[in-house]
Amino acid sequence: MTFYPNTDEDRREMLETIGVARFEDLIREIPDEIRLKGDLKIPEAMSELEVYTHLSSLAKKNTSMSDSISFLGAGVYDHFVPSAVSALLSRSEYYTAYTPYQAEVSQGTLQAIYEYQTMICRLTGMDVSNASMYDGGSAMAEAALLSASQTGRKKIVIGHPVNPLYVQVVKTYCHGQGFEVVEIPPVDGIVNAEMINRVIDDKTASLIVQQPSFFGTLSELFPLSEVVHSKGSIFIVNANPISLGILKPPSEYGADVVVGEGQPLGIQKSFGGPFLGIFAVKEFLLRRIPGRLAGVTVDASGERGFVLTLQTREQQIRRERATSNICTNEGLMMLASTIYMSLMGKEGIREVAIQSTAKAHYLADQISRLPGYRIKYHQPFFNEFVVTTPVAPSSIIEAGVRENFLAGVDLSALNQSESGLLVAVTEKRTRSEIDAFVKFLERFSYGMLK
Amino acid sequence: MDFPQELKYTKDHEWIRVDGEVGIVGITEYAQSELGDIVFVELPDIGTKLEQGKQFGTIEAVKTVSDLYAPVSGEVLEINTALKDSPELVNKEPYNGGWMLKIKIFNKGELDNLLDASNYATMIGH
Repeated sequence: MTFYPNTDEDRREMLETIGVARFEDLIREIPDEIRLKGDLKIPEAMSELEVYTHLSSLAKKNTSMSDSISFLGAGVYDHFVPSAVSALLSRSEYYTAYTPYQAEVSQGTLQAIYEYQTMICRLTGMDVSNASMYDGGSAMAEAALLSASQTGRKKIVIGHPVNPLYVQVVKTYCHGQGFEVVEIPPVDGIVNAEMINRVIDDKTASLIVQQPSFFGTLSELFPLSEVVHSKGSIFIVNANPISLGILKPPSEYGADVVVGEGQPLGIQKSFGGPFLGIFAVKEFLLRRIPGRLAGVTVDASGERGFVLTLQTREQQIRRERATSNICTNEGLMMLASTIYMSLMGKEGIREVAIQSTAKAHYLADQISRLPGYRIKYHQPFFNEFVVTTPVAPSSIIEAGVRENFLAGVDLSALNQSESGLLVAVTEKRTRSEIDAFVKFLERFSYGMLK
Repeated sequence: MDFPQELKYTKDHEWIRVDGEVGIVGITEYAQSELGDIVFVELPDIGTKLEQGKQFGTIEAVKTVSDLYAPVSGEVLEINTALKDSPELVNKEPYNGGWMLKIKIFNKGELDNLLDASNYATMIGH
């Protein structure tokens, strides 16, 4: 799109209108010593061809996922994305559209949202899903806010292991509201139920847990949900949507709110975003749900149609008493996940979950036989686990990149009190890739090689 | 439009029907027609103390939301639970089935601050 900046004539007119002689007079207040002297140091203009060549050479500095064998996880997983997802996403009707504000003229988008909500409810076992949020972290933070407004309480309890980056987002959201965030450390890689039982009281707005946990482990959560409910608190579960192809939906162990990162549902890694925040609740929380919601109805002539419903809780109408400051959704990523779920179906998602689990367990078993390596937590797990390594995880990760292995995530890089290599496996990894990775790891069994 | 003579009205379009020490509160026919289809009415808990002119709840229509203001000070004795499942009663029967609160009136003198039916009708241009 061509961009026309203001002409000299435009500037002259504007300055004249406000009665200022020169543009510099408008920025007089900025101290001289911090003002830019001379020209900006930017390179000379390039031709389109030169720009293309330059950007290509910059892009080559990246490690490409398609040339790598990835065992990275920690919230973002290397699942297969069928080509149909990007083919449909790139249709301009979808690609260029923002979340609908004149909603009813956007029937296609509204129907996609409606289908998305329906599938998310079926996966999570919840009654209502919103039209999506920015990402897993902000969805968790919004859930914390929802629990505080529902209960009129200010204490949010986090039962680790929960993604430390999500916890930072929760704390950021809660800080200005004066909420207290209490973090309960895990015990042996799973939630510390005993300590959580002691901390949950009648001032607790909610308990937040992650299942599968940040370490990939699975905890027995039903008894905890009973404790939470006996205190009148809200039980918030962060779930990996693909894991729900094989695990019980959180509704079955008492979740009131299910949030999660939707990236595993057909969304490219893309250097860390844009992603998709999943947010679904039990019906009694319907009016507290943040963001947008598509509904189905019939028009004046009895035809089925889609609408944005419950909009009046949103900020553009309710102003400072809105349930949240979000009045948009993550439209394109929501659509990607809707296309993915439609293509995969119930069986496909189950297959992805089963293969990811089986391959992760195979890798864990192989690693546990290597001298110097240990599976850190002996707990049930989905597709991710923590390994204690014979040399620093950072050394293994660094060496791996040179051989096209993305070995995992160094936990100490995210949280100084944790250590180990967090390894994830998806359905994409083949037996030979996994065996080659084990051989690569074996080279460190007796320390660093020269 | 109908503005019953026996009711008192606020400038914010609530009405109150006084029966001894008890007042029944709702919104006017004009208010419901301006709002359009009502989808939700958020009411206070029983026992809540209201202050004249202060907000006691909110009313949501399809495209807008509005605050509800107490016509007089008082304590909430009863709320219309039928509105939970049938908020459209406010549209259909604003002065009967669409009532919202029963309150114990603290000071009947405050009723003098309210409008009568003809003043209210004049205010909204009817």
